[in-house]
Amino acid sequence: MLEVLMKIFGKSNKSSRDVARDRLKVVLIHDRANISPEVMNHLRDDIIKVISNYMEINQQDMEISLANDDDSVALIANIPVQKMKHVSKNGR
Amino acid sequence: MSEIIVVTSGKGGVGKTTTTANIGVGLAAKNKKVVLIDTDTGLRNLDLLLGLENRIMYDLIDVTEGRVSYKKALVRHKKYSTLYLLPTSQVKDKTSVNPAQIVRLCEDLRKEFDYIIIDCPAGIEQGFKTAIAAADCAIVVTMPEISAVRDADKIIGELGRAEKENIKLVVNRIRPQMVRSGDMLDMDDINDILSIECIGQVPDDEMVVTSTNRGEPVISNESSQAGQAYRNIVGRICGENIPFMEFPEEGFFDKLKRVFGK
Repeated sequence: MLEVLMKIFGKSNKSSRDVARDRLKVVLIHDRANISPEVMNHLRDDIIKVISNYMEINQQDMEISLANDDDSVALIANIPVQKMKHVSKNGR
Repeated sequence: MSEIIVVTSGKGGVGKTTTTANIGVGLAAKNKKVVLIDTDTGLRNLDLLLGLENRIMYDLIDVTEGRVSYKKALVRHKKYSTLYLLPTSQVKDKTSVNPAQIVRLCEDLRKEFDYIIIDCPAGIEQGFKTAIAAADCAIVVTMPEISAVRDADKIIGELGRAEKENIKLVVNRIRPQMVRSGDMLDMDDINDILSIECIGQVPDDEMVVTSTNRGEPVISNESSQAGQAYRNIVGRICGENIPFMEFPEEGFFDKLKRVFGK
């Protein structure tokens, strides 16, 4: 009811400026997530480097991808672990 | 030490050429030696905005292909004696000049000028890559409109990939009345979304149209708000610390005029 009244008087609860800001934020998340295969390979190499400090992984079967949802982007990595390494408490 | 600045935007029609012309005139008014290079080959307009369209003898392509020296192709401004235009060709297309040629040309121009300002064509294709090749810094022009902001974001990404890290933003054609009523993005919104340093916000001003009609950039108009905004931008380019302008609320009669005007 209130909503109908607000519509009649030309007042929606969100200003068009807020709508623009929200839509832009979402679309840019998706635009920026379209990273090139080259960058993806760099990312993959860096992830391998870090994880290898802690465990042995199967590099052939690992998968890394970006998954787009409606309003967010997730980095999804599936990395088979072969063996844990013994890591001391103070780091490497 | 000279500086090479490319003015770019991705989207067309947001005011790249207007911004280039105004910054050029503003720097020349501060006695800097300035050359403006139009790289929008086939769709040249910088000559019109500066009122120099009848003085062109040679163009950028004549220079890059070695037919004439750049000194012969430069057009000196009628009023500002330290301002020069290097126009491009209206008949050739963007494939007529490549990045290496622009880099070589700018190396020569650096010896003579304080500022080399390159007006970039719209788009992210070869014309864009050529225009940015020599630049030390980039000014991205955008408008408070979602399509223009999105394209600006894309351009910022492309500039980053080309290892151009020094990027500044100009938000053009702001309508303070609409911002106040919550119907338009303002500079802070756009700043927040794009997160690069903003060096100016220019209000939508009818005097930009009238001054363009005459071929006299609005920056030399003392009574224009857009002119003041451009003077502030030029000051910031020269390293001055200038606070951002406030847009005055429109008076009772302005409101009346707006309501009963059209």
